[in-house]
Amino acid sequence: MTNITDLTLADLRDALKSKKVSSLEATDAYLSNIEKARELNAFVTVTADRAREMAKASDARIAKGDGGAIEGVPLGIKDLFCTQGVQSTAGSHILEGFVPTYESSVSANLWRDGAVMLGKLNMDEFAMGSSNETSYFGPVINPWRAKGGNSKLTPGGSSGGSSAGVAAHLCAAATATDTGGSIRQPASLTATVGVKPTYGRCSRWGVVAFASSLDQAGPIARDVRDSAIMLRSMAGHDPKDSTSIDRPVPDYESSLGQSVKGLKIGVPKEYRIDGMPGEIEKLWADGIKWMKDAGCEIVDISLPLTKYALPVYYIVAPAEASSNLARYDGVRYGHRAKEYSDVLSMYSNTRAEGFGKEVQRRIMIGAYVLSAGYYDAYYLRAQKVRKRIFDEFVDAFSKVDLILTPSAPSAAFALGEKSNDPVQMYLNDVFTVTANLAGLPGASVPAGLDERGLPLGLQLIAKPFDEETMFKGMYALEQAAAFKARPEVWWA
Amino acid sequence: MTESRKLLKGETGDWEVVIGLEVHAQVSSKSKLFSGASAQYGAGPNENVSLVDAAMPGMLPVINRYCVEQAVKTGLGLNAKINQWSRFDRKNYFYPDLPQGYQISQYKDPIVGEGEVEVEVDGQEITVGIERLHLEQDAGKSIHDLSPKESYVDLNRSGVALMEIVSRPDMRSADEAAAYFTKLRTILRYLGTCDGNMEEGSMRADVNVSVRRPGEPYGTRTETKNINSIRYVKQAVEYEARRQIEVIERGGKIDQETRLFNVATGETRTMRSKEDAHDYRYFPDPDLLPLELDPAWVEEIRKGLPELPDAKKHRFMSDYGLSLYDAAVLSQERAKADYFETLAEGRDGKLASNWLTTELFGALNKAGKEIEQSPISAVQLGKLIDLIADKTISGRIAKDVFAIMFETGADPDKIVEERGLKQVTDTGAIEAAIDAIIAANPEQVAQVKEKPKTFGWFVGQVMKSTGGKANPQAVNELLKKKLGVE
Repeated sequence: MTNITDLTLADLRDALKSKKVSSLEATDAYLSNIEKARELNAFVTVTADRAREMAKASDARIAKGDGGAIEGVPLGIKDLFCTQGVQSTAGSHILEGFVPTYESSVSANLWRDGAVMLGKLNMDEFAMGSSNETSYFGPVINPWRAKGGNSKLTPGGSSGGSSAGVAAHLCAAATATDTGGSIRQPASLTATVGVKPTYGRCSRWGVVAFASSLDQAGPIARDVRDSAIMLRSMAGHDPKDSTSIDRPVPDYESSLGQSVKGLKIGVPKEYRIDGMPGEIEKLWADGIKWMKDAGCEIVDISLPLTKYALPVYYIVAPAEASSNLARYDGVRYGHRAKEYSDVLSMYSNTRAEGFGKEVQRRIMIGAYVLSAGYYDAYYLRAQKVRKRIFDEFVDAFSKVDLILTPSAPSAAFALGEKSNDPVQMYLNDVFTVTANLAGLPGASVPAGLDERGLPLGLQLIAKPFDEETMFKGMYALEQAAAFKARPEVWWA
Repeated sequence: MTESRKLLKGETGDWEVVIGLEVHAQVSSKSKLFSGASAQYGAGPNENVSLVDAAMPGMLPVINRYCVEQAVKTGLGLNAKINQWSRFDRKNYFYPDLPQGYQISQYKDPIVGEGEVEVEVDGQEITVGIERLHLEQDAGKSIHDLSPKESYVDLNRSGVALMEIVSRPDMRSADEAAAYFTKLRTILRYLGTCDGNMEEGSMRADVNVSVRRPGEPYGTRTETKNINSIRYVKQAVEYEARRQIEVIERGGKIDQETRLFNVATGETRTMRSKEDAHDYRYFPDPDLLPLELDPAWVEEIRKGLPELPDAKKHRFMSDYGLSLYDAAVLSQERAKADYFETLAEGRDGKLASNWLTTELFGALNKAGKEIEQSPISAVQLGKLIDLIADKTISGRIAKDVFAIMFETGADPDKIVEERGLKQVTDTGAIEAAIDAIIAANPEQVAQVKEKPKTFGWFVGQVMKSTGGKANPQAVNELLKKKLGVE
């Protein structure tokens, strides 16, 4: 048999069920991979002992013929998810050492289905970033390198630990979150599959909030099937999250392989942005052709408000973040400055020390756009445009079933390349942010390599709660792309 | 109405005080507005704190349906518009007893809109407009005097549901403000939506005061925060009105500011000026969906409302012929009103009201007891009234019986029986007593024809000799006959 860690989640699941491998073997194999891949910095915390305990418990259940849908499968959890008894940092110094007494609903769902936790994955601080460089715990390194080069590339962000961890086979799959593209862009940059479901599909309870109206959890996995299996376990109604939706969770895996014949695929002309690399344009054309060959009908559509999506996002998200992050004040938990003379200086010193520059920048932008005299011009207007962006999608989806676009405007870039230019960095979200603003499901599927041998992804966007059609389309794309490339293992 | 309202005399002429109240009333509810933690008073420090109340990372608020029902009920009790669509906003500011760094409140779209309340002042009725009622979270409590170097925070109150009830600037005197605050408390207690317990902080008022020359536009107002008794509301208005008049008459100007009330001195002082006012950066809370009420549910709540004090007051006036004053007093508390209705059942309403308001309330007041603790039940007091009506005892004896009832809690008929207080209606016995008195006092008998006023002396003598038990009417009639006077 091949290396256990090279099995997809689906294959590992089946091998565990048929007792061809034990969860403990799989877990130890992953822990060993993680150990060898320290250089990638994908994990903030490795919970080896707990992982082995959970694996043994899974093996016992499997032995008894019990076991959940992903019994014994070792996973990585983005450090934005609070995990009971395990440090949960959100990539921030201000939460360093914070150990929750509670378990996020999404991770609890995974444990319910038998999964094993390997540890907590690195990420941009409070999920603010597109390169993982804002993490207090240092950047994650992309397992992919350019052909013949050895410079360190970004795995994307904010779920960089998740994308790198999955791409480097440090876990069978990972949880991630997506506020403006934080699942799909890193998936695109690491040749993994990333799914951001409809807003309200996965509970936000126990997930450290960045921008409440945009945050949504989802999986990063090795292929479309694995992502479908993961989402099914992660999703579900949660009465503890008022924005969670009460509707049954379909068996997404059963959508895979269903015919896409007759599906209408929208191609929005506004996603053809200035300065987009020709390779991405070509890849997009390939994707269109693949879908057409599979029997889909290609429909040219127009989403003229697309150009306002990023500006709207960079008002709404910081506004909510400025308020969501107010609770990190050093009073009850997390970092507190050593030096202060009164309560005000305690706040300002704590927050100046505890938050990194990008987080501080967004808190300040957010406070500004909400302040008296600016609220109407920024926040209120942004909300109005947001509503119109949603309406524009509703209109588009009256004509098409899915929308096909590139996932990110470039392949993985070098660490440090954009970190001093926030606007350049923000442009990474240009194709993904619209789905967050409209609350729609979106996914990135690996589709090809650029000239330097770096992966590129294509994105599918679907109607609200129509993940099943999205998975059908994703599977068709995956089949047609027949993407088989793997990064050369240079880190072990 | 306005003409009869009091004006304040200044050195340069008359002034009118304009008052509006923002009342924070704690919703009677087992658990908090957005968490399952207990909202009961009296627990040890930080015992009633959930993960949500402590604003742990990733925690989310979930609206407590019962608190919404209580707010709707209150809105209906204030004759106010119930908004089918309302929304929660975040009011952002930093303070250690505000764990989230924001208070969840309703800023632009409150759950209850305009309404009005009838308020009785000096036997007159005024109407105070309600501008809005909204739901919000209370903050925790900071304690600064337990340690010289540290402050302590108790989060038990953090997240407890409050209703903020904002009045129109419709009050014109300290008495009116106090009467409105009292009336609001009465309504809330009737509805069971707030226990009105001021010592525990269940009701607090922010008092807005301005002064103006009669007929002129409103003056600049000040807001005195967090007043927790009816008496202090009165004091704060009185002090603030006087202070403002003096400032203006001395050529000064009133600053729009927030002030604090000093309980010890009855004075107010500046807390913060308008320039220091916070920018709360209100925006809709993205963790919560807009609050949409099903009209059928609101209707159900409306149907379940108890009869409210104003309706009761009007019914007492029309059904029992009570005065506005008595009707208002009796409808002020549900227990009093219930007592009265039991008492008045099948009896003369005015008589019942008199016995209740003068005798029983007087005695309770003296004994420092509430109506709920009355030693005399409504049924017992009713029996006493019946004993007067069927002439078993006289009104005078009834007062003695009442005193014994209040003391012992015994039934009036038993007291009358045991102590032989039955009225003597046997004319033979009365006649005998009269004859004896006439025989013993020939001078007075001679006098009474010329001086009819001395007739009363004979009545007194008869009553004395019968131990007060003689039926006064029979005494009168027989005496007149025997003395030959009209």
